[in-house]
Amino acid sequence: MRAPLDMKSPAIARITIVVVALALAVLPFALAGIGTAWVRITNLAILFVLLSLGLNIVVGFAGLLDLGYIAFYAVGAYVYALLASPHFNLHLPFWVILPIGAIVACMFGVLLGTPTLKLRGDYLAIVTLGFGEIIRIFLNNLSQPVNITNGPQGITLIDPFRIGSFSFAQSETFAGLTFSGPIKYYYFLVIVMVLIIGLNLRLQNSRIGRAWEAIREDEIAARAMGINTRNMKLLAFAMGASFGGVAGGMFSAIQGFISPESFVLVESINVLAMVVLGGMGNVFGVVLGAILLSFTPEVLRYTVGPIQHQLFGRTLLDPEVIRMLLFGFALVLMMLFRPAGILPSALRKRELESNRVPQA
Amino acid sequence: MDIFLQQLVNGLTLGSVYAIVALGYTMVYGIIQLINFAHGEVVMIGAMVAFTVITLLAGAQPGLPALVVVIAGALVAIPVCMAVGYTLERVAYRPLRRAPRLAPLITAIGLSIILQHLAMIIWSRNPLPFPQIVHVESYHVTGNPNGATITNVQIVIIVASVAMMAGLLALVYRTKLGVAMRATSQNQQVAGLMGIDINRVIAVTFVIGAGLGAVAGVMVGTYYGIAQYQMGFLLGLKAFSAAVLGGIGNLAGAMLGGLLLGIIEALGAGYIGDLTNLCGLSGWSTTIAERCESDPNLTLFGSNYQDVFAFFVLIAVLIFRPNGLLGERVGDRA
Amino acid sequence: MATGQTLLAATGIAKRFGGVQALSDVSFHIEQGEIYGLIGPNGAGKTSLFNVLTGIYEADGGTFTFAGAPLANLKPHQIAERGIARTFQNIRLFANLSALENVMIGRHVRTHATVLGAVFRGPRTLAEEKGIERRAYELLDYVGVQKRANDLAKHLAYGDQRRLEIARALATEPKLLALDEPAAGMNATETADLRRLLERIRHDGTTILLIEHDMKLVMNVCDRVMVLDYGKKIAEGPAALVQKDEKVVAAYLGGEVTLNLKGTG
Repeated sequence: MRAPLDMKSPAIARITIVVVALALAVLPFALAGIGTAWVRITNLAILFVLLSLGLNIVVGFAGLLDLGYIAFYAVGAYVYALLASPHFNLHLPFWVILPIGAIVACMFGVLLGTPTLKLRGDYLAIVTLGFGEIIRIFLNNLSQPVNITNGPQGITLIDPFRIGSFSFAQSETFAGLTFSGPIKYYYFLVIVMVLIIGLNLRLQNSRIGRAWEAIREDEIAARAMGINTRNMKLLAFAMGASFGGVAGGMFSAIQGFISPESFVLVESINVLAMVVLGGMGNVFGVVLGAILLSFTPEVLRYTVGPIQHQLFGRTLLDPEVIRMLLFGFALVLMMLFRPAGILPSALRKRELESNRVPQA
Repeated sequence: MDIFLQQLVNGLTLGSVYAIVALGYTMVYGIIQLINFAHGEVVMIGAMVAFTVITLLAGAQPGLPALVVVIAGALVAIPVCMAVGYTLERVAYRPLRRAPRLAPLITAIGLSIILQHLAMIIWSRNPLPFPQIVHVESYHVTGNPNGATITNVQIVIIVASVAMMAGLLALVYRTKLGVAMRATSQNQQVAGLMGIDINRVIAVTFVIGAGLGAVAGVMVGTYYGIAQYQMGFLLGLKAFSAAVLGGIGNLAGAMLGGLLLGIIEALGAGYIGDLTNLCGLSGWSTTIAERCESDPNLTLFGSNYQDVFAFFVLIAVLIFRPNGLLGERVGDRA
Repeated sequence: MATGQTLLAATGIAKRFGGVQALSDVSFHIEQGEIYGLIGPNGAGKTSLFNVLTGIYEADGGTFTFAGAPLANLKPHQIAERGIARTFQNIRLFANLSALENVMIGRHVRTHATVLGAVFRGPRTLAEEKGIERRAYELLDYVGVQKRANDLAKHLAYGDQRRLEIARALATEPKLLALDEPAAGMNATETADLRRLLERIRHDGTTILLIEHDMKLVMNVCDRVMVLDYGKKIAEGPAALVQKDEKVVAAYLGGEVTLNLKGTG
C-alpha cells in the first residue's frame, strides 16, 4: 500500500518526528522574537492547514470539485460568534460550541450535497460556488428585520477560549517564558493539526478512503462493485464541511471579531489552490501547500513595500495586488507545467501528466 | 400593472446583456466542454477600454453625438477583447485540452484573477464614471402618463442585442465557418479528419465570444454609468447561470436563458419586498404589529437580495433539469 | 456443473431508448453452476440486457428474479450486494490505482469498516484490513496477475487488464458473474487461458453469464446459450444445437442465405 511517510527505516522516522516536534515546540518563541505578529500569522496559517485538509477529503480523496468551501468556515465562525459574544449575550464554553459548529456545518454540507452531488464536475463546481456566495450574501444581509448576523459590520468582542479562570487571551509567565495569547492558541492549534493530519492519513488508508478513490477514478465501476456512491460522496462532503466548521469556530475565538468580508470567494479559491498546488490527495503535500500559500503573502508584504521604496522611492504596486497577480500566475503556470502539485501523490501525478497534449 | 411593466422593461434590457454574455460561455462550452471562467473579465475589459476611449473623445471633442462616441468606444474595445480572448485560448486553454476537468478550471480561475488585477493596476481600484454624454429620453410604454417608461438607452441595448443574436445565428447556420463550428462541437476528432482546422475553429469561437462580450461590456458601462475592475465576476456568473438555464451549448438556449434571467431578477427584486412583507402577519404576532406601526415596509427579504436570484435559479435548474430548458436529454451509456 | 436449480430468471424484459426498442419480451433462465452464453450480432441488445440486469438502466417492462427474490428497481450497488458482479465491454478499471488496490476495492461490499473504524483502527478493523489485502492477493493469484500486484492498472497488458477486472468482480463474492466480452482482443493463447479460468470459476461454484463474439470460446465453454437479434430472443438451448438453428445463422449472416437455399431449383 501507499506509504505516506516515505521513510527508509523506522529509526529515521522516529528521529524525524522528534526533531519536528521539538521545532514546533520552540517555534512560537523564535517567531515572537522577530515580531509578535508572526505568531498570529502562524496561527492563521495553521487554520488554513486545517481547512486544506478538510477540502482535501472532498477534492483530493473523493474528487468532488468544491468552489464554495469557505461557506462552512463561515458557518462555524458565526455559530461560535453567536454563542460566545455580547451579540446575543450568550457565553457558552468553547468545548461545547466547537462541536456544535461542526454539526451545523455538517448539516449545511448535507443540505447542499444531497441534491447536487450527482452533478458532473464542472457543474458541481459552479453550484458550490453559488452556494458559497449565497451564504455570504445572507450573512451580509441578515441584519433586517431581525438582527441575526449584524450584517456587514460583523460581530465583535467574541469570547476567547476559557477553561475556568485560564483564558487563552491573556499573557502569562511560566518557567521564565512569556506565554502570550497567540502562543497559547498556537499550541492548541498544533495539537489539533497533528490530530487532523493523523485522521486524514488513517482515512486515506482505509476501506472508506479506497471507496472515495474508486469514485474519483470511475464512478460507474465503483457502483458496480457495490459502493453506494451517493452516500460516500455525501460522507466526504459532510466530513469536509465539519472540519471547516471547527476551524471556523477557532478562527472566531482567535481573531475576536468576524465579518462577511473574511468569507469571500477568493478565500475558497485560496484553499482550493492550497490543495491543488500542494499536491491533491497527498496529505503532506496539502499541508505544505497551505503553509506556502499562507506565509508567502505575509512575507511579500514585509519585503515588497521596502524593496519598492528602495528602488522607486515609493510604493508603485500595493503588495496585495502583487500577491494576487502572483497567485493567479502560480495557478496558471502550475496547471500548465506541474499539474500534479509540488508533492503529488504518485497516482495523481501519473494521471495528470499522461494526458498532456503534445505542443504541435 | 405598471410596476410589472416597468420591471419587465428593465428585465428585458438586463436580460439582453446577459444573453450576449451567455452566448460567449455557451459557444465555448459547446465546442470544447470548458467553462471559460475568465469570460466575465473579458466583458469587464471591454467596458474599461470603452470607458477610456469615451472619456478621451468626450473630453477632446465635446460636440460629437453620443452615439458616435459610444460606437467609437465599442470599435476599440472589440479588437482588444478579441485579442485577449485569443491569447487566453492559445496560451492557457489549448495545451490543456485533453487534461482532466480540474486543470482548465483552475487555469481559468487563475486567468480571471490575473485579468482582474491587471485591470486594477491599469485603471485603478475605483469605480470609473462614464461621461454623462448620453441624453436619456424616456418614452411611455402605455397610455398612462405615470406608467412604465422605456429609455432610448434601453431601446438601443435591446435592439443591438437582437441584431447581434441574429447575426450570430446567421453565422452559425448559414456560413461555412458555422458548419465547421457545429461539426467541431459534435465530434472534434472526426471534424478534424474531414479537413476542418480544429485549432482555428476553436480560436475563432473564443474570438467571436470575446467580441460579443466587448459590446456587452460597453452596454453595461453605458447603462449603469460606471465600470469597475470587479464588475466582471458577478455579471459573468449570472450570464453563466443564464446559459445553463437555457441549456449549455445551445445558442438559442443562451438567448432565452439570458432574457428569462433578466426578467426573473427584475421582477424578483421589484416584488420581493411585497412578497415577503411581514406586516401582513401582524395579526399573528404582537412584535410584528408593533414594528409595523413604525415601519410599514418591514420585509423579510429586500431587493438587496437581488444577486441571490441568479444563484438560486442556477442551483434549481441544475438539480431539476440539468439540461436546461432547451437542452437535449442525454443519457449515460455504460 | 449445472445443478438444475434456477439462479436467475428473466420474464418479458423490455427496454426502449427514444425511438429504438433495444429489448422486447426477453425471457430466459440461468441455472446455478452453469456457464450461460449470450450471443447475437452487434446491436442485438446484449450489453443493454446486462445494463438492465445490473441496474444501470431501468427496464420498461418485465421482471428479473434472482436467488428467489425479485430484482425490482435496484441500484447498481444494491445489485452487487445481492450477488451479481460484472465486467465491462470497454474495461473499467480504476486506472491510476494498483492492481492490488483494484481488487481490494472489490472487497468493499462484503466488509464493514466505517469512518469510526478507519479513524480508531480497533482490532476488528485491523483484522478486516489484513483479510482484505490477503484475499486480494489470493484473487490476483487465482486469475494469474499476481506478479503485477503493485503496478498501476493502466500499465497492465491488455489481457492482464481483462483478468484483473474478473478478479475485482470475484472479490465481491458474487453468486452470478456477468462478463461482457472478456475475450475481446485476445489471441488464441490468451483465449485458451481465459477458458481455463472460466471453467475453474464454474468448478469453484460461481455461475457465469457471458457475452461473447468468439464463437469457438462460446461453443467450448458454455453449457447453454441464448441468441438475441434486434432485441428479441431468437433461440435458447445447448450451444451445439443453437449453432445450427436456421434463425441464428440468418441473423449473423443475413437473411439472403435462407432465401437462396430455397430459391434454387
